[in-house]
Amino acid sequence: MVTFILRRVGVMVLTALCLTFIVFFLTNLYPNLEKLAKTQGNFRMTDAEVESYLSRNGYLDPMLSKYGQWMGVWPGWVIEEDSVTRGRCIAPGQPPEEAPRFCGILQGDWGHSTVFRKDVDEIIAEKLALTGWLMLWVMLLMVPSALILGVLAGMREGSRTDRTLSTFAITTTATPEYVSGVLFIAIFASSAVGLQWFKGTATGAMTNPNFENFFLPVLTIALYGMGYIARMTRASMAEVMTAQYIRTARLKGVSFPNIVLKHALRNALIAPFTVIMLQFPWLLNGVVIVETLFNYKGFGWTLVQAASNNDIELLLAVSVVSVVVVLVTQLISDIGYVYLNPRISVT
Amino acid sequence: MAEHDGPILEIENLSISFFTRLREIPAVMDFSVTVQPGEAVGLVGESGCGKSTVALGVMRDLGVNGRIVGGTVRFKGRDLGEISAAELRDIRGREIAMIYQEPMASLNPAMRVGRQLMEVPMIHEGISEAEARARALEVVRDVKLPDPERILKSYPHQLSGGQQQRIVIAMALMSKPSLLILDEPTTALDVTVEAAVVELVKDLGKKYGTSMLFISHNLGLVLETCDRICVMYSGEAVETGSIKDVFDKMQHPYTQALFRSIPLPGADKNTRPLKAIPGNFPLPHERPEGCNFGPRCDYFQAGLCDTGDIPMAGITGDDRHFTRCLRFAEIDWTAPVEAMAQHEATAPGKVVLKIENLKKYYEVSANALFGGSRGKKVVKANETLSFEARESETLAIVGESGCGKSTFAKVLMGLETATEGAILLDNRNIEQTPIEKRDTQTIADVQMVFQNPFDTLNPSMTVGRQIIRALEVFGHGASDAERREEMLRLLDIVKLPREFAERMPRQLSGGQKQRVGIARAFSGGARIVVADEPVSALDVSVQAAVTDLLMEIQRKQKTTLLFISHDLGIVRYLSDRVMVMYLGHVVELGSTDQVFAPPYHPYTEALLSAVPIADTRVEKTHIVLEGDVPSAMNPPPGCPFQTRCRWKPEVPGDLCEREVPPVREIAPGHQVKCHLSEAALARMEPVIRVAAE
Repeated sequence: MVTFILRRVGVMVLTALCLTFIVFFLTNLYPNLEKLAKTQGNFRMTDAEVESYLSRNGYLDPMLSKYGQWMGVWPGWVIEEDSVTRGRCIAPGQPPEEAPRFCGILQGDWGHSTVFRKDVDEIIAEKLALTGWLMLWVMLLMVPSALILGVLAGMREGSRTDRTLSTFAITTTATPEYVSGVLFIAIFASSAVGLQWFKGTATGAMTNPNFENFFLPVLTIALYGMGYIARMTRASMAEVMTAQYIRTARLKGVSFPNIVLKHALRNALIAPFTVIMLQFPWLLNGVVIVETLFNYKGFGWTLVQAASNNDIELLLAVSVVSVVVVLVTQLISDIGYVYLNPRISVT
Repeated sequence: MAEHDGPILEIENLSISFFTRLREIPAVMDFSVTVQPGEAVGLVGESGCGKSTVALGVMRDLGVNGRIVGGTVRFKGRDLGEISAAELRDIRGREIAMIYQEPMASLNPAMRVGRQLMEVPMIHEGISEAEARARALEVVRDVKLPDPERILKSYPHQLSGGQQQRIVIAMALMSKPSLLILDEPTTALDVTVEAAVVELVKDLGKKYGTSMLFISHNLGLVLETCDRICVMYSGEAVETGSIKDVFDKMQHPYTQALFRSIPLPGADKNTRPLKAIPGNFPLPHERPEGCNFGPRCDYFQAGLCDTGDIPMAGITGDDRHFTRCLRFAEIDWTAPVEAMAQHEATAPGKVVLKIENLKKYYEVSANALFGGSRGKKVVKANETLSFEARESETLAIVGESGCGKSTFAKVLMGLETATEGAILLDNRNIEQTPIEKRDTQTIADVQMVFQNPFDTLNPSMTVGRQIIRALEVFGHGASDAERREEMLRLLDIVKLPREFAERMPRQLSGGQKQRVGIARAFSGGARIVVADEPVSALDVSVQAAVTDLLMEIQRKQKTTLLFISHDLGIVRYLSDRVMVMYLGHVVELGSTDQVFAPPYHPYTEALLSAVPIADTRVEKTHIVLEGDVPSAMNPPPGCPFQTRCRWKPEVPGDLCEREVPPVREIAPGHQVKCHLSEAALARMEPVIRVAAE
């Protein structure tokens, strides 16, 4: 098991390196840099001025060297100009001798956001915490209800319960968040015609989340994801219920609730488990719409800001976090799969 | 439940139907059978005759669509149709237990074996977990599994097929039921394992005094296990009685036809060919008026057999012997089989295929999914195969699963390439040429008939199109019209009506599909045909017809037939020479007569003794092999069979454990791979003896 995990972690690191390099390469293409120079300097810069700005700030180093600097495995650029030594790792006002040689992700230096005028790691930590909180509640609502829904529908395939629940599941999956979200706001939050049970904005939830200001965004995301998981669980459950070993259990005299709980459930959860784990990366980036809709300034909202403002370092950081989340959830999913399915062994 | 004195199970006039949107499909009609305490009753019939439905009807587990529409099922005097769901649950598992066809599928893959066993008494007797565990250990020991503690801790997939079936049996016996229903319990198992399981079931039945309802399509198996038999055809019981009466004094034309279509000792493809039952099994909604068997019956009389329902009639003088035939009294049951067309035995021609020291090794990592670099293992699937096959000869390759017979077929076909050695087709080496690189003529020459006709035809292409496609690939015929003509001619050869060209595979029965498979194999004028268990997926009555078809084409086209099978009955019937394989080794090779008579290789001896024979005159020596076939990944040192051989003590020293025996010729054309001395071999007695009439 340990070697299995180590091997998987190794593969993960390699995948992360490749993916981040691709993102790095794309965000550091010359037109992007030119735009960056113009936003940082002024919009009427000539091509020569852009060139000189970029080279003075180390942007024109070879791609691999830049990537190495960003990672923190290559010494940061140092430029001596007019007897002032500036460098990637030299903070303004810091004597060059005291500055470290390396400064990159590995040293915990994520760079500086040009939009928020703050260090990237601060922004990421703050926004990730906000979205993490949202995700946690979505998962807490979505996963149990989706599983219960799927199991109830699947244990008696074709019954009235099955049809009702399946219709519900399909409806929720088929309704995009921007439709359901708007509907919920209109019904539950609108001051004109709505019930005014909840708040239509979740801005307050960023500092003080409570049921009133947080429930609608959570519900909007959860409903959308729930239908999908419920469908998967239902299909898997229905298949398991027709398996011969379920007949064996029935003819052993096991009661129906025990058949479902003891014999069917573990087998039926193998397939949906992978789907549930795949929901994490989806949630991380898929919350963009809901966060914007409810004005909840989380990770998705940050991504949009970074992308639309050409904030290279922030964009890179967001991608790194996303890549890590995807890979970690996949690892957990694989390990969980092994645990649920005894037919697969890693040793 | 109060002590009950009388029959354990009485089924009276039971009728079961399945309801679909279109119509009601009667699956079982007017079925009656009684099981006395301690008695074993066999329920025999072809697939679709309703025998499993009867079992599920007794268990009242017919699904959403099935319903009992008439008759009663009484268990120890109680009408099972009238009890509540809770009472039914009490009976299931405690009073009536069931053993299923596929042990792997019937065990929960995500639950440890121990849990699954302990559950039964915990539900029914409310005993503690520790007690249940002790009981499980005891029963696992009773079903003769090694290392019960380890077995209880394992998951089903960690056990072999035979062990799984023993666990299913153990599970059935956990609460000491009064009635055991066995639904084809050994169909998925190898013959030697089957023999051991049957032996076990018989012993345990005696030990616990359990009554048994034994469902099988194998008459031989029923003869060995049961006291009484009930033959079913198309939803009805057609004949019931004691084993002796039904086997020796059958009173129903279907029973007679069934016995004539299975290869018993004495049958021979040339002098005493099998007699297939003409026609097809009627579909449940297409049953004829009157006698269901009427349209296929030799004794059919219009006006009598095709009007009204036919009741069961008792036969005076016999013990509870009934038949559903109106003319049983008029038929002369002792009349000999009307002579079938006899054939001249064809003499084998020149050698077309020569195998020399063929070896096929596979390298597998210890685990396919998460395999690392360490733990690479070599599976020796074929070990030094050497033999010749001649024109118009049938060479049977016999052995249990994992013996390497299918691997050999793959290498011959070019789906795999050999590790070492040579395959010479007309003196050309083909062992290293994969099928993509073989020329069309070689491919057309070496063809295959597959085991499962249901999976080997493309479901979305008409039958005719599939044959034409093969003709195109083999470059046969100049135009589409010519190929179409040829296709129709092939349909004629395999005795399918020409209209079938336009049909889809799903519209065909199993036997018909297999005929299409044969037509396809012969479409390029194949000279060597590998038939991999071509009839094992088919019903008994169809098997004879398909076998005969193969023989007939072989006679006409002088084909070399490599007949891969585990069914020694059919092998004895149709093959000229037999090759017995065990764990990749050829342990015995000789003419059919030589292999089926002593001296045997010890494995052949055990194999012959394991095969059930549906003939009361046959006496067999009882040899039960211990344990399972060893894994080819980890074969025993020395002789591959030494772990299960009963003759091993006859060989001095530890020769068997040290050295692979040399191939010895003990008679012209008869070779054996064994260390036994001439004297020991000469002392062997025939395993199968037919008592004089």
